[in-house]
Amino acid sequence: MPESATRELSFAQAVREALAEEMRRDSRVCIIGEDVAEAGTPFKVLSGLVEEFGSERVVDTPISEAGFTGVGVGAAMTGLRPVVDIMFGDFITLTMDQMVNQAAKIHYMSGGHWKVPMVMRTTLGATRRSAAQHSQSLHAWFSHVPGLKVVLPSTPYDAKGLLKTAIRDENPVVFFEDKMMYKLKGPVPDDDYTIPLGVADVKRPGDDITLVATSSMVQIALGAADLLANEGISAEVVDPRTTWPLDEKTLIASAKKTSRVIVLDEGYGRYGVTAELAAVIAEGAFYDLDAPVKRMGAMHVPIPFSPPLEDVTVPTEQTVSEAARQMCNKG
Amino acid sequence: MTMAAPQFEAGADTAVQRDKWIHMYRQMVSIRLFEEQVNELYTRALMPGLAHLYSGEEAVAVGICEALRIDDYITSTHRGHGHCLAKGASPDRMFAELLGKEAGYCRGKGGSMHIADPATGNLGANAIVGGSVGIATGAAFAAKKLGTDRVAVCFFGEGALGQGSLYEVMNLAQLWKLPVIYVCENNLYNEYTHYTETTAGDVLSRATAFGIEAASVNGQDVRAVYGIASPFVERARRGEGPGFLQCNTYRYTGHHVGDINREYYRSKTEEQLWKAERDPINFFSDWLLAQGHAEASLLKEIQEDIRARMEAAVKFAIESPYPSVDEVEKHVYA
Repeated sequence: MPESATRELSFAQAVREALAEEMRRDSRVCIIGEDVAEAGTPFKVLSGLVEEFGSERVVDTPISEAGFTGVGVGAAMTGLRPVVDIMFGDFITLTMDQMVNQAAKIHYMSGGHWKVPMVMRTTLGATRRSAAQHSQSLHAWFSHVPGLKVVLPSTPYDAKGLLKTAIRDENPVVFFEDKMMYKLKGPVPDDDYTIPLGVADVKRPGDDITLVATSSMVQIALGAADLLANEGISAEVVDPRTTWPLDEKTLIASAKKTSRVIVLDEGYGRYGVTAELAAVIAEGAFYDLDAPVKRMGAMHVPIPFSPPLEDVTVPTEQTVSEAARQMCNKG
Repeated sequence: MTMAAPQFEAGADTAVQRDKWIHMYRQMVSIRLFEEQVNELYTRALMPGLAHLYSGEEAVAVGICEALRIDDYITSTHRGHGHCLAKGASPDRMFAELLGKEAGYCRGKGGSMHIADPATGNLGANAIVGGSVGIATGAAFAAKKLGTDRVAVCFFGEGALGQGSLYEVMNLAQLWKLPVIYVCENNLYNEYTHYTETTAGDVLSRATAFGIEAASVNGQDVRAVYGIASPFVERARRGEGPGFLQCNTYRYTGHHVGDINREYYRSKTEEQLWKAERDPINFFSDWLLAQGHAEASLLKEIQEDIRARMEAAVKFAIESPYPSVDEVEKHVYA
């Protein structure tokens, strides 16, 4: 990280700074979504942008996710670089045809003639007491579709660098932000840095076990690693940062080094991101593993409202460290 | 509907306007003969996949596209060959695409239902009913933001009236005064079901409820379609907002070429009536002859010329190579 990184920003501020810098750099970049202008979204992530860039570039829409996502696709094909804001990740269901049948396929179906340089920003993550329709982590769905790229930043630094890259990408990119992380602070350089998509980051080096973690689960994994360190277990935390493109090499290398792997992702485990990452590691590092790869993610239930119920649906530092302990035969 | 048709007839005797009529005739005949070749290719099992023919609806695509500039945008449908040709696509590369050949508009990766051509503003045909309403509206959004004065036309069948996203984008287009024209080609049938069984209420009211200018037109009369499309397009280009046109037309063949036994949803008598009395090409050629814009011999020459061109285009496509298998993973990402 460069010298200038002494400054601390929240995750939300880092996202906003990335958008502002890209909008200053490129007049084609615009924001489209519900309550993105004066309201700055319910999470206030976009506060101040309409004041600087005007309502021509920070465009409030009706509550029509399919409609304005489609507008984003068409606008991206014809010269703009829209950042489409979907307030809650649960609402991507309403945009599925536009993303899966249109955005993802247009470049391929047209034999490379048309491009869709568009970003969809949305959220994931439970434990905000928002119940079943405002708490899901559905990024696996988009990760499944050829033609889309999927970004899962886990720190303010990564959020800024990855979002700037996503906006400059020539493809549709879906950018998932953990809504519980918006207030998390971390060092963010004020210069124009970017982070390539498809490059994992070792958030903490270790020797005994690898915790592969995405988005919201990175902080959980780092917390679990602290707990484990107290007991003499050295955990490595690897953050893929993007589910597609996927940095398979770094995951496999870490698995070979530690020989034990837990994969953590807040999406549903069944047929989910953890399943894919575990398969990649099993295929690439099978003969170096001392234990089967373990998956941890959201329980296979709709997210409940009641706090004690909701809290048990997602991995915590305690459940992760316990699983790691058992895997290292120190439980 | 308040807008007057353009005063095109006033100077109809000028050579320029006569040339325009003859060009429109050529375009309609091109679509008809293109689709005859498609039918032939399909029934001879030379064409993979599905073929949804545009025959009978030629006046709609031609009347609308003649009101557009080459750099205006269109989005098309699964029944899209007519739109592509009317916007200026070349038959040889279209046939190549239909046969999955590398020389096709999409290098063979799109096929009949996905022809796209940036050079003629064709954003692509779409095989999801109503799937392109957002794209066309987005192209209009970009045109407005970038100040290019381009107009986008969204072609869709009356089946798309059942898709909710159409109403979402019409609301957006009118709120933002976007230069987009929604062209509803009402050929009476949603696949195998008469549209009155699927469509409650009135069609135009769906647009006028948003305050969008709307009109219905005889889609078998290319002059009427062109006559109503022109002021809608110019109005949109001036920044005065979107339009909605219902073009009443008829699909001569089945939903696709294989839809042969279709008497359970429409009668042969009905089909014969449309072909005998409301054929868009005959209707137009009768007028051209009556007005003295063309001699019968000229029209015959045009037909023969186009037939020869279509045969050559088919030959080109048949003789063209398939893409290399290496191509399969190209263009997933830009």
